[in-house]
Amino acid sequence: MEAATTIQTVLFWTFSVLGLAGAVGLLFNRNAVYAALSLVLNFFSIAGLYLSLGAEFLAAVQILVYAGAIMVLFLFVIMLLNMQEEKGVFTFDIRRGAAFILGFAFVAEMMVVLKGFWNHEAGGEFTYGKVEPIGRALLTDYLFPFEMISIVLIAALIGAILVARRHTHQEG
Amino acid sequence: MHPLHIFLSLGALLFLLGVFLVLTRRNAVMALMGVELMLNAANLNFVAFSRYDQIDLDGQMAALFVIVLAAAEVAVGLALILNLYRRKHSIDLSDSRELLG
Repeated sequence: MEAATTIQTVLFWTFSVLGLAGAVGLLFNRNAVYAALSLVLNFFSIAGLYLSLGAEFLAAVQILVYAGAIMVLFLFVIMLLNMQEEKGVFTFDIRRGAAFILGFAFVAEMMVVLKGFWNHEAGGEFTYGKVEPIGRALLTDYLFPFEMISIVLIAALIGAILVARRHTHQEG
Repeated sequence: MHPLHIFLSLGALLFLLGVFLVLTRRNAVMALMGVELMLNAANLNFVAFSRYDQIDLDGQMAALFVIVLAAAEVAVGLALILNLYRRKHSIDLSDSRELLG
């Protein structure tokens, strides 16, 4: 496989930096609405990374389900609860500082290990990520998991409605 | 294409940020967003492995099912948070300590 072309490199680094920026913005935003919007930025850049990995269908699903459905749900709840800005996001004591340093040392070590083990390039043309192979697989090889996930989804939604329902003739 | 370890490292970093968010925030909605970030990081690993090891569709299918499960998890989690707010008028996680023994 030939080395990465320039356009691939530019796209990859753009989406990686945007994704990390979204995650960091989520961490340090005190306003919940802004935090949710930076999470949307993160979801979009991960969809871009899926595209560069040849997973076209997953990129579309990522934008539709995550950025479309899940984040709208989050924003509804944030506005429904009328959340005020948090205080004390930046509180650092010595234990938290030590945990910070240890955590980043661990991740740096893990990156070095990953580089040693998984340093290979992608081979050949990749066409599995298109809509047709995924649709075919979902209704043949993955038929049972597909049906199961449908049951899980409907059970979760019914449960969510039951939990969130306002109890009129009980306490509260 | 880039070597695989770059995607894995990016997934590890995003996962780390998600863990940090879940562990440090006391706001229940923000903690739930951290869980979403962690699920996305794991999904990135699935898709990268699917692309680089030519294991047909398995990685992408796992990622697809994780997305569906994330939708279900968010629906139930937000319903729980709404109910918590209705009972306690607070979604601060450290205010809910009835099970703390």
